[in-house]
Amino acid sequence: MDWKFNNDSPIYQQIMEQIKAMIATGILKAGDKLPSVRELAVEAEVNPNTMQKALSELEREGLLCSKRTSGRFVSDNPSNANNLQEEMMMECIKVFIENMKKLGYSMEDCIKFIEKYWQDNSL
Amino acid sequence: MENILECRNITKRYGSKVAINNLSVTVGSGKITGLLGPNGSGKTTLIKLIAGILNADEGEIFAGGNRIGIESKKIVSYLPERPYFTPGMKVSETIKFFSDFYNDFSSDAAESMLKSLDINPDARIRTLSKGNREKVQLVLVMSRKAKLYLLDEPMGGVDPAARDFILKTILKNYNENAGVIISTHLISDVEKVLDDVIFIKNGQMMLHESVDDIRSNKGKSVDSLFREVFAC
Repeated sequence: MDWKFNNDSPIYQQIMEQIKAMIATGILKAGDKLPSVRELAVEAEVNPNTMQKALSELEREGLLCSKRTSGRFVSDNPSNANNLQEEMMMECIKVFIENMKKLGYSMEDCIKFIEKYWQDNSL
Repeated sequence: MENILECRNITKRYGSKVAINNLSVTVGSGKITGLLGPNGSGKTTLIKLIAGILNADEGEIFAGGNRIGIESKKIVSYLPERPYFTPGMKVSETIKFFSDFYNDFSSDAAESMLKSLDINPDARIRTLSKGNREKVQLVLVMSRKAKLYLLDEPMGGVDPAARDFILKTILKNYNENAGVIISTHLISDVEKVLDDVIFIKNGQMMLHESVDDIRSNKGKSVDSLFREVFAC
């Protein structure tokens, strides 16, 4: 897992966002077993309490689940990945549109530019 | 959660200079706490008081529930700012030294860490680079199963990769029944590893908060807050 943190917002929130992104993009799949809190903390180079807090929150949100002594798993709920993908997409759209508006472009401009970029880069 | 450290109204003077001024602080176990402040603010003095190397003029300190003394020294592992081994000592001799001194020291843990660092146990301290000397010192201190680790500038003057190793070692060693206090200037490097921070100035505590609270309530990193609070 590739972790990247900045110092401006609480680390546990950033951990949650990155795990959600991993679930949304399929890096973490439903039913996958997560390493222990300690292993994750060392890998991400963060405080174990912080990692624990993030994982507990994700459990509370239903994205992760604990199985007694076997550890933590990604929840077996297929709609989670879809919901997260949508959430992330909406976030990207929001930021994009805000920036485009700041630059003075209209919705028609946005759509035109998106189509052009998509074609030019044969996506 | 018990308190791993309790300082009650500590005052320490060097002649007429007051280095620690009526300072009280409590640190819970299972926390990694940053002790941050400008040069001369009293960080090292405070750490030495807790380590039992200096005596407070007023007030009381309890580490792991013990008043500072023989019992507290058994459970406090102190990493000084400057290494204290005689340059002619071999690394293997420093391991033996620690093993003789401390019941809670694991030679195996130390040896395996040094091996993974490619540090030759037969090398004499004076032949090691500064970075390697720091690593040896840290490995020895962290190979004790202490209740309180006091690390005074554990990453001073070493390259980023060595700093990463030092942070990883501190994290791997983490134990919810012990506490770690790190005094450092490298705040932005260390922030993400800290639970709480203490700001100290002129021997007095100015702030004792969690990193998360600082980031969410003040909307800035600890490093930014430090620069504001201690602007010259």
